[in-house]
Amino acid sequence: MKEYVMGNGAIALGALVAGVNVVTGYPGTPSSEIIETISKYSHEGVHLEWSVNEKAAMEVATAAAYSGARALVTMKQVGLNVASDPLMSLAYVGVKGGMVIVSADDPGPISSQTEQDTRRFAEFCRIPVFDPTSVEEAYEMIQEAFEYSEKYKTPVLFRPTTRVNHAYASIELPENYAPKQYEGFIKDSKKWVIFPRLSYINHGMIENRNVEIGEDFSKSRYNIVEGKECKKAVVASGVSYAYTKEYLKNFKDIKLIKVGTPYPFPESFMLQALEGVEEVIVLEELSPFIEENILKIIGKHHLSVKVSGKLNGKVPHNGENSTNLLAGILSEFLEIPMQETGIDITDMPNLPVRPPVLCAGCPHRASFYAVKQAMKGQKSYFCGDIGCYTLGNAMPLDMVDTCLCMGAGVNMAQGFNWVESDATTFAFVGDSTFFASGITGVVNGVYNNANMILCILDNSTTAMTGHQPHPGTGRNMMGNVVDKVDIAKVLEGIGLKKVVTVNPLNLEESVNAVKECASLSGVKAIIFKSPCIAITKPTGKMDINEKCISCKKCIREIGCPALIIEDGKVVIDRNLCTGCGLCSQICPVKAIGGASNE
Amino acid sequence: MNKDIMICGVGGQGTVLASKIIAAAAMDEGNTVHSAETIGMAQRGGSVTSHVRVGEEIYSPLIPFANADIILAFEPAEAVRNLVYLKKDGMVIVNSDPTKPVTESLQNTGYDGKEMIEYLKKKCNCIVVSSEKIYEKFGSSKFFNIAILGVAVGSGRLGISEEAVKAQIEKRIPVKFLEANMEAFKMGIELSK
Ligand SMILES: Cc1ncc(C[n+]2csc(CCOP(=O)(O)OP(=O)(O)O)c2C)c(N)n1
Ligand code: SF4
Ligand code: SF4
Repeated sequence: MKEYVMGNGAIALGALVAGVNVVTGYPGTPSSEIIETISKYSHEGVHLEWSVNEKAAMEVATAAAYSGARALVTMKQVGLNVASDPLMSLAYVGVKGGMVIVSADDPGPISSQTEQDTRRFAEFCRIPVFDPTSVEEAYEMIQEAFEYSEKYKTPVLFRPTTRVNHAYASIELPENYAPKQYEGFIKDSKKWVIFPRLSYINHGMIENRNVEIGEDFSKSRYNIVEGKECKKAVVASGVSYAYTKEYLKNFKDIKLIKVGTPYPFPESFMLQALEGVEEVIVLEELSPFIEENILKIIGKHHLSVKVSGKLNGKVPHNGENSTNLLAGILSEFLEIPMQETGIDITDMPNLPVRPPVLCAGCPHRASFYAVKQAMKGQKSYFCGDIGCYTLGNAMPLDMVDTCLCMGAGVNMAQGFNWVESDATTFAFVGDSTFFASGITGVVNGVYNNANMILCILDNSTTAMTGHQPHPGTGRNMMGNVVDKVDIAKVLEGIGLKKVVTVNPLNLEESVNAVKECASLSGVKAIIFKSPCIAITKPTGKMDINEKCISCKKCIREIGCPALIIEDGKVVIDRNLCTGCGLCSQICPVKAIGGASNE
Repeated sequence: MNKDIMICGVGGQGTVLASKIIAAAAMDEGNTVHSAETIGMAQRGGSVTSHVRVGEEIYSPLIPFANADIILAFEPAEAVRNLVYLKKDGMVIVNSDPTKPVTESLQNTGYDGKEMIEYLKKKCNCIVVSSEKIYEKFGSSKFFNIAILGVAVGSGRLGISEEAVKAQIEKRIPVKFLEANMEAFKMGIELSK
């Protein structure tokens, strides 16, 4: 059966074909569609879950792998930071059933906080990592990753990058596939309980084993040499290999060395590939991982090969590669002149900048605006967090003073108040983020007698990453309706004296709640509850009538993308407006109304 | 067939559906297809592109510069932003009605898309269509993504037959909205003439 799927779909289907039994993960661009794809294809007998965060996902999967089942864990690269505690120990303990951890890297970065490199994590944990160059390859490679994991009894990392995750291609899916039969957990505390002695023994074993895997990888079909023997060679990995192939379409003779399994580095393969080569250029994204490994080999074996790449400034350290970027680099390296073939656009007019913004009608806009109004003229710090609501930083709202990593804002709001007690400090946290890593911060605040206002922006979904359910939504990935974890009750249970729930689209009520909380000491919480517009039906549309005095206050205050200026007048873009009514509560002459359901 | 087709616009305009229809229709006609989408932060009102690559020897998921045979632009400035991808003799089909970014409304720089359309006309072979017209007829710009497919088919530059595109529209659009979408598609074909 031919299926046209996204890279993430290929990874998902590859895992299903490999007989995966348990799939866990936490959403994060560019990895989210892996779990979503599994849910759409036949997966009887497979346990599938959005875990509360990546650490939980890793731990649930670990137990499955201890029992001999095959487990897949999915996350974006920063998720691996969260899951690194279990992973590091797990690397020492090892597994029985195959366990593949997909950690999607995001060169650019396009939708991430960092440009970290999962291959470094693999090296740090001393576990193998696979690096697919295309959708088609990802499909096959993930199946092999399970084999390797079981063969060497170790968890393995699988590291695609955004352009592979989000590319589409056709793959061949067999009609029948089934979850693996497994033995079950066999108790053996010398094996499954990590103690200093076990770590000591296994550390030595792992280093020896990795030499063996490096040799095994040297024979892998993912490490290959193409083209003719030349004095100059190109080394490429990941999607940079695809870009290089695109450029080399016209120069098929050039020697191209592809590395698909960067750790444990396939040393013998590379040694052989470098035979007769005097100069190489290494094309990879993120860190100079392969480049450094080649330098190591050159030093170890006293080779005389000149290495170009990130470390001598020929390839940028930051940002993503592209066919065009690599074409420029390669034409210099190979001394093939570039041809100008495109349209001359040097005289291009100034283009409007288009940063992402909160949607028209987004309830987060109203929440931020209420806090802004309530705290006008008072010293206050607004600790943001990660989600759609990070976009509250944009003008004119300008309501995000800090953003670090998921859950950080809750603790940071406390820290600011410890050093500047005259400042009212706020933490804005989304509902999914609250469950993932916000709760411990609230406990910290209560325990340490902190002063802060916690604003939970409860839009009943994980919006930024594509609207996944979470513990507060009452739905899970097994298709079950489950008890909702009640945020207000959680907060009361932790011991908060003040927890109010408001509808952010009611401006007056919201402003009053903020003012009241600001007058109290301790940890207070306001739950701004209103669904994301992408998961509800709009209530209608607003119109601006002739009473409008063109003061443009609505635009200046809230910056809703549906409020635009046409021929000098403020108008509402009826294609965008959801009738949320926020602007109508701001207009000084009550010129905005409507919102009848059409 | 070898064809590089780019679809560009602003997050939320329905570019992804258009690209999926093109990719699937091209495959139905026996071609090998690769494509790529912008997913993530930019979907909230940022610049988005879809790349559809038809042909046997395709490696990069993204179209290289100066390689696109045709660009379907849902927004005038986005057409100009992505012009670097167009082949010298390629064609741009562009919506003349701008989507104004919030920053634009705040500073009121007067961006109205006209300068972009003038520039495109000077630089390349282009067909200009107005989503406003679709709005007037259907009461929503939601049908624009299907209408622009009609224009693309009508232009003869897409390399995919009207029937194949129609069949995919039928497959992908809920019955409730199918008739209006088919009308929009027909209107697009006429507009291309
Ligand atoms: C450690 C980590 N895991 C995952 C992500 C990806 N991610 C970005 S925003 C987000 C959650 C957003 O959901 P929520 O807090 O409910 O806010 P919303 O987008 O709905 O406003 C996630 C999981 C991340 N940035 N960091
Ligand atoms: S009611 Fe006003 S603020 Fe709400 S979406 Fe419509 S224009 Fe924007
Ligand atoms: S997707 Fe939902 S939460 Fe995100 S900006 Fe739009 S309305 Fe707000």
